[in-house]
Amino acid sequence: MWRFVARRLLHALPVLLGTTFLIYTLVFVLPGDPIQGLAGDKPVPPAVLAELHARYHLDDPLWMQYTHYLAGLLTGDLGTTFTGREVSDLLADRWAITLQLGLTAWVLELVFGMALGVWAGLRKGKWDDSAVLFGTTLIISVPVFVVGYLAQLVFGVQLGWLPVAGTEGGWPLAFLLPGLVLASFGLAYVARLTRSSLIENLRADYVRTAHAKGLSRRRVVVKHTLRNSLIPVVTFLGLELGGLMAGAIVTEYIFNLPGVGQQLFQSIQLREGPVVVGTTTALVLIFLLANLLVDLLYGLLDPRIRHD
Amino acid sequence: MSTAHMNTARSTALAASVALTLTLVGTACGPAESTKPNNAPNKPGGAYSVALTEPDHLLPGRTTSSYSLQVLQGLFDPPASLDPKNGTVKPLAALSWLTEDNVVWTITFRSGTTFHNGEKVTAASYADAWNAAAYGPNGWDSNYYFAQIKGYDALNPTEEGAKPTARTLSGLKVVDETTLQVTLKAPFGQFPMLLSFPAFAPLPKAAVAKPDAFDVAPIGNGPYQLDGQWERNQKIKLKKFPGYGGPREAMADRIDFKIYTSRETAFTELQAGNVDVLTTVPAANSMQAKRLFGDRFSIRPSGTMDYLGLPVKDPRFADPRIRKAISMAIDRQGITQAIYNGVYKPATSIVGDMIPGHRPEACGKTCAYDPAAAKKLLDEAGGFEGPLELYFSNSDATYEQWMTSVANQLKDNLGIQDVRFRKMAPADLSSLLNEGRNKGPFRQNWVIDYPSIQNYLDGLYYPGNRSGWSNREFDALVAKGNAAKGTEAIAAYQQAEDIALRDLPYIPLWNWQDQSAWSDRIGNVVIDSYAAGLHLDRVTVND
Repeated sequence: MWRFVARRLLHALPVLLGTTFLIYTLVFVLPGDPIQGLAGDKPVPPAVLAELHARYHLDDPLWMQYTHYLAGLLTGDLGTTFTGREVSDLLADRWAITLQLGLTAWVLELVFGMALGVWAGLRKGKWDDSAVLFGTTLIISVPVFVVGYLAQLVFGVQLGWLPVAGTEGGWPLAFLLPGLVLASFGLAYVARLTRSSLIENLRADYVRTAHAKGLSRRRVVVKHTLRNSLIPVVTFLGLELGGLMAGAIVTEYIFNLPGVGQQLFQSIQLREGPVVVGTTTALVLIFLLANLLVDLLYGLLDPRIRHD
Repeated sequence: MSTAHMNTARSTALAASVALTLTLVGTACGPAESTKPNNAPNKPGGAYSVALTEPDHLLPGRTTSSYSLQVLQGLFDPPASLDPKNGTVKPLAALSWLTEDNVVWTITFRSGTTFHNGEKVTAASYADAWNAAAYGPNGWDSNYYFAQIKGYDALNPTEEGAKPTARTLSGLKVVDETTLQVTLKAPFGQFPMLLSFPAFAPLPKAAVAKPDAFDVAPIGNGPYQLDGQWERNQKIKLKKFPGYGGPREAMADRIDFKIYTSRETAFTELQAGNVDVLTTVPAANSMQAKRLFGDRFSIRPSGTMDYLGLPVKDPRFADPRIRKAISMAIDRQGITQAIYNGVYKPATSIVGDMIPGHRPEACGKTCAYDPAAAKKLLDEAGGFEGPLELYFSNSDATYEQWMTSVANQLKDNLGIQDVRFRKMAPADLSSLLNEGRNKGPFRQNWVIDYPSIQNYLDGLYYPGNRSGWSNREFDALVAKGNAAKGTEAIAAYQQAEDIALRDLPYIPLWNWQDQSAWSDRIGNVVIDSYAAGLHLDRVTVND
């Protein structure tokens, strides 16, 4: 198994190089001058423009800019923003927020999504199953920002139960509402996935055999059915761990959480190449690790799947 | 008033002309200040919070962003300030500025004032700050505000690869501890207006030596000082500076700036009572805000204007009649009503409503919607051939909405069938327009630095401007205005404006308006349309 892990980590290297180069190219080929863009319709004196261009290597060809960036990376320097801030400082400030938000959402998805799915699956065709199906369809079909603004208005302004925005309430209070909004889509998806997977497995031969052997219903459901039904759910939840980090862009914007997603949003608008590349690289890394984790979990859930 | 010399002889005449302009303006749009009757006593003390967008810098010379300026309004006293009612320039950290010829200015500062760290504010504190901002290689954003001062060119060579030949402006001379002599390149009567800009505020030694550290913990000379450090993307806390010696005595003890990325969220927070002032309510929420906040909601004219720029070097746009036809085919009233909820005001001049010297009749028929006359004018000029491409940026959804209306009106009213959109990112559009690579009309916007007609004339029609238009008579009149004083200067600027409107390289479209709302916890809310925004020192807290 360790060889498998080592091989997967080695694979990550070219993927990381490839993605950084790709993103760098995409940012670079965008036409126009980012410094002039920052100034809007105001004139920028030529001397100031020249100085800023030199400072951020904006006049160099793509490969040179990318080499500068990589050389910086090797020495642990992620570059600076156009307002002169270190990208590493900037991300360090923000990762904690995004992690708190992402994990809150992820736990909500896992706990409530699976619970709802199991409940609906076991009561297939009954009214509560239909209610879960209807509710989750509704959530999946409504855009996140609508859910977000609605949740703010209802729970924040009208009822006053939770903070409307910002991080002042601290964890978990300030993260409950945005976490739930961020989790809403995944939660609905996990519920439906668990439900259908459970229903399918409840019909399987080995379940009938287990019942025939006289095992308790509880044991059949938990030990035999659920464990097998969880493989697609775990796959989804694993990838979701990375997805939530990236999906935080909209939620962090609505709930005014100064996380990585919000930063990415602003940096793309300002064409801050190094910030966009740095953030995205980190996100790619999380995706890769989550993927690896999922693959390793498979082995635990189903001993037939082996890694060597 | 756009020329405001502090020579007493002039100031009476000045006040009279201000009053005159204001009565004209007043009928059109109301005062530039938004202040509401205050039922609470003006008692000092208490704390309030202001919704803000993340500033870029808090070192005055490094920023021109209105979000930064809002915070700097509390932290720094620049030499001058603008009256929130009418934009007249008044002394603040300076006591007076005197000139004989509009070229050499002698500025006298208050004595005995200090920075928040106890360091003495002297004439050198100003000279150091201005030199640092004007030095090209520093790359500070406010650099071009100093272009009028003698010696600026030596600090900002324009040839590629050239190095500056000086570190300091030759036009600055520290006479003694409280006196600074400024020599300009050419006569410029509007100079005192510049002095109201935070970039002209004094800086302590630490700022110039370590600008990055200063940026997150600025030390100013204003009524408020920073409490702790700028908490990026979260908060900026200010507290009353006990050693303040200037004329703006602070009312509230503490101010918290809460930073929001989304104005919609900030508006929701205002409704929930988590923030006290929002100076820019989103246009879409104006009806709701009016209903919820009543007399704690205000609309005030902003100096910001939108224009349609025309590439006059393109033979298809060379005839002024064509440009007038396009202008008259645009229904400004309809567009501002449909897209900006009737909040924005159709333009009747090149300059904003609240600018001293603004004449509502300046544009006349040219800015009035008259499809029949427009078509007739276009036919007289020989019609329009080929595709009409409209350039604008994608930074705001409303740009595409109003461009679509304009496109439809040009089709319907002028019979130009082939209208195409060139929508792009702001950085792209700026570069393209600055290099003159556009093949059609473009959205042009102007945000004022200070309330003077001259700021629009200089900002839009500078040599090598985006429309490619130039006119000697216009340049001469602007120069005449710069050299003149008081009403004489305004008259010259107005004549220049008439030439610009006659030739019409830029079609004035509408005047922006800003909407603000605040909680019932606070009173004495004064928000102006100039760089100051919310007057932080005046706000009182009710409980």
